[in-house]
Amino acid sequence: MAYLTDRKRAQGLGSAKSGTEHHWSMMVSSAALLLLVPLFVFTFGATLGGSYEEVVATFSRPFPAIIAALTLVVGFMHFKNGVQTLIEDYVHGPTKKLLIIAMICLSYGAAGTALFAIARIAL
Amino acid sequence: MADVNRGNRPLSPHLEIYRPQMTSISSILVRITGNALLVGSLMIVWWFLAAATSPEYFAVANGVLTSWFGDIVLGLSVLGLWYHTLGGLRHLIWDMGYGLDLDSAEKMGWGCIIGSVLLTVFTIAVI
Repeated sequence: MAYLTDRKRAQGLGSAKSGTEHHWSMMVSSAALLLLVPLFVFTFGATLGGSYEEVVATFSRPFPAIIAALTLVVGFMHFKNGVQTLIEDYVHGPTKKLLIIAMICLSYGAAGTALFAIARIAL
Repeated sequence: MADVNRGNRPLSPHLEIYRPQMTSISSILVRITGNALLVGSLMIVWWFLAAATSPEYFAVANGVLTSWFGDIVLGLSVLGLWYHTLGGLRHLIWDMGYGLDLDSAEKMGWGCIIGSVLLTVFTIAVI
């Protein structure tokens, strides 16, 4: 540390760190979800409460299956980036990193599980 | 040191000092609803996994989602989802450079709150 000048230590550590990718990814996924969410709420909502056979029949059709898969995958990627901001605001130190890693794992895990389940029902 | 004044600088007033305003409340609600949606989303993923596994497992998951507990979680999730969706729409409008004045921001805040309640009533009525 003693060999670094203050200027060298501060260089590249502006508040944005790596530019605007995070914000842009939130904009893109929120624009997609603006369309997906209403479609999912009404296709999923109309099916919830039905029998096993009705549920399997609904999600064997392309439209409800694709809408459900896209909503959950894009939704969990949106959550992954959104919850990162939440953690960065309130948690610091090693706990922050561990929580962000845990939430990334949870998000990919949930998205992957949803994709597998819907594909298995649909095919 | 470049930063000799560390720890002895004026700080901005803390959140607790401010009177709650439409702009701050509508913003924090976007954060709360967005992150709280994790609970309902994981329940729905579990429901899909159960439906993909067997009729017996589906009966278990479906039983939980259609119980009074499931009704409360999913009902609140619908309200949270519509609020977060409208709040996100407001962010997209802001990102385009519109509605950044205080009057528009407050109007859109009320729009998020009233709109999400109306959309929730509509959703429950239709489903």
